[in-house]
Amino acid sequence: MSARTLHVIRACTAWLATLVLFFPLFWLCLTAFKTELQAISVPPLLLFTPTLENFALVQDRSNYLLYAWNSIVTSFGSTALGLLIAAPAAYSMAFFRAPGTRGLLMWMLSTKMMPAVGALVPVYVLAQLSGLLDTRIALTVIFAMSNLPIMVWMLYSYLKDIPREILEAARMDGAGIWGEARHVVLPLGLGGLSSTALLCLVLSWNEAFWSLNLTSAKAGTLAALIASYSSPEGLFWAKLSAASVLAIGPIVVLGWFSQKQLVQGLTFGAVK
Amino acid sequence: MNRFMPRALLTPAVATLFLWMIVPLVMTIYFSFVRYNLMQPGALDFIGLANYEYFVTDPDFAPAVVNTLVLLGSVIAITIVLGVGLALLVDAPFPGRAVVRVLLISPFFVMPTVNALLWKHMMMNPIYGVFAQVSRTFGLTPIDWLADYPLLSVILMVAWQWLPFSCLIMITSLQSMDREQIEAARMDGANLPQQFWFLHLPHLARPIAVVIMIEMIFLLSVFAEIFTTTGGGPGNASTNIAFLIFKQALMGFDVGVASAGALFAVLLANIAAVFLIRMIGKNLDR
Repeated sequence: MSARTLHVIRACTAWLATLVLFFPLFWLCLTAFKTELQAISVPPLLLFTPTLENFALVQDRSNYLLYAWNSIVTSFGSTALGLLIAAPAAYSMAFFRAPGTRGLLMWMLSTKMMPAVGALVPVYVLAQLSGLLDTRIALTVIFAMSNLPIMVWMLYSYLKDIPREILEAARMDGAGIWGEARHVVLPLGLGGLSSTALLCLVLSWNEAFWSLNLTSAKAGTLAALIASYSSPEGLFWAKLSAASVLAIGPIVVLGWFSQKQLVQGLTFGAVK
Repeated sequence: MNRFMPRALLTPAVATLFLWMIVPLVMTIYFSFVRYNLMQPGALDFIGLANYEYFVTDPDFAPAVVNTLVLLGSVIAITIVLGVGLALLVDAPFPGRAVVRVLLISPFFVMPTVNALLWKHMMMNPIYGVFAQVSRTFGLTPIDWLADYPLLSVILMVAWQWLPFSCLIMITSLQSMDREQIEAARMDGANLPQQFWFLHLPHLARPIAVVIMIEMIFLLSVFAEIFTTTGGGPGNASTNIAFLIFKQALMGFDVGVASAGALFAVLLANIAAVFLIRMIGKNLDR
């Protein structure tokens, strides 16, 4: 077999495998634009007149906008809160390396290894006692906490690559820690900062364990809303699809633009 | 420069993480030794190891451990094998490679509940689902996936979600391979399987290990997929440890027993974590 044929076979297999893997999402998008009857037709319909009615009905049926708002508030809120706590820590570890820094980083990572289900009972009880059950505040804080180790790690691995000479120069010129942070580190670390924020945003948006267990009607996020469609009496595929497309759309598109950083961030910099 | 500044900057992160870790842990340990049922208010009596005994002798316990490990092992095996395979396919340039990468990674950004319902209804429904329609086209009897193969169904969903992660790590790693070395091996007459075995696989050893460890952490506590599709059933056929603890705590209202189970889950995760930490720690020194 010639190298040319092999190359063609390889490319075709790659495309085929990709289309098979992507098919469920393609089908989800397609179903979102069908009527309920078309959605369950046998054999399945590929050609049909698309309708937008599902997207409108999703709002009527389940107050979509409230859940979307909860998702937006909790994911952006937790990202902001997380960065506020993580950035100073990463800054300190990257530029003022102390003997304990390495151990501290390892310890932070180890807290991420605690399975969420291990903390379910106490967190639930604490939330209940403090009246924070089913509130956006509780979710925001919990998302921020559980993403904190990843954020510190990611920021640290970006910041430590900033050449020390630049910082030394700024210090020689009499820049204080604020001046140094604002005029030197911030511009150079902006890429890392935005990648970290993006990863945190994606993780919080898709988080399902805490939102399913700690929220009901008031503070539920989109992940919880979609779960409510699993009840047998609510089997409207077209509406389920429309709600799903609305729930995953923004994050999937965001993911497309930043896939590499996001996935590498999850490996804590262990794969370059 | 104030020499306390670095420490002051560190404090918020360290303090919050410490609280986030230690408060639930201490509470869980305490709850696991007392009688505490949300439906039976009263004093929290110390009952020793009774909660542990109850959790471990629960007829659902052994199947849950097995299910957890089967789920973990199968998803890791599927994502590694297919991930390496796909990465090798996508490694060389071909028309539309950028599009293929974008499409490949998409499932990873889908939230677990959407993933679960998409598969449960539109793919695996025994009458209207895509799988059923495909099998009828070939004259086969459609399979009722979630009723007959609940655990396998969950494995498929979770593997679909995590395959992109594994694949992208492998693609990234393959890009740092020494092309001249491969060329030299090819000139020396190494065929494709030999090249893979002696060049690609050793190079991929590290990313493979990383993927295994990371997936271990996330997959030990798969929850949303089970919650939204099978509800752990039929019976306990797709109940894993995480879901069993959830059932005890929020459906059985037995905080004590759930806490004993939670400590078991923590133990399980820590075994995986020790290896991961060691490996990443080595990387930090380089």
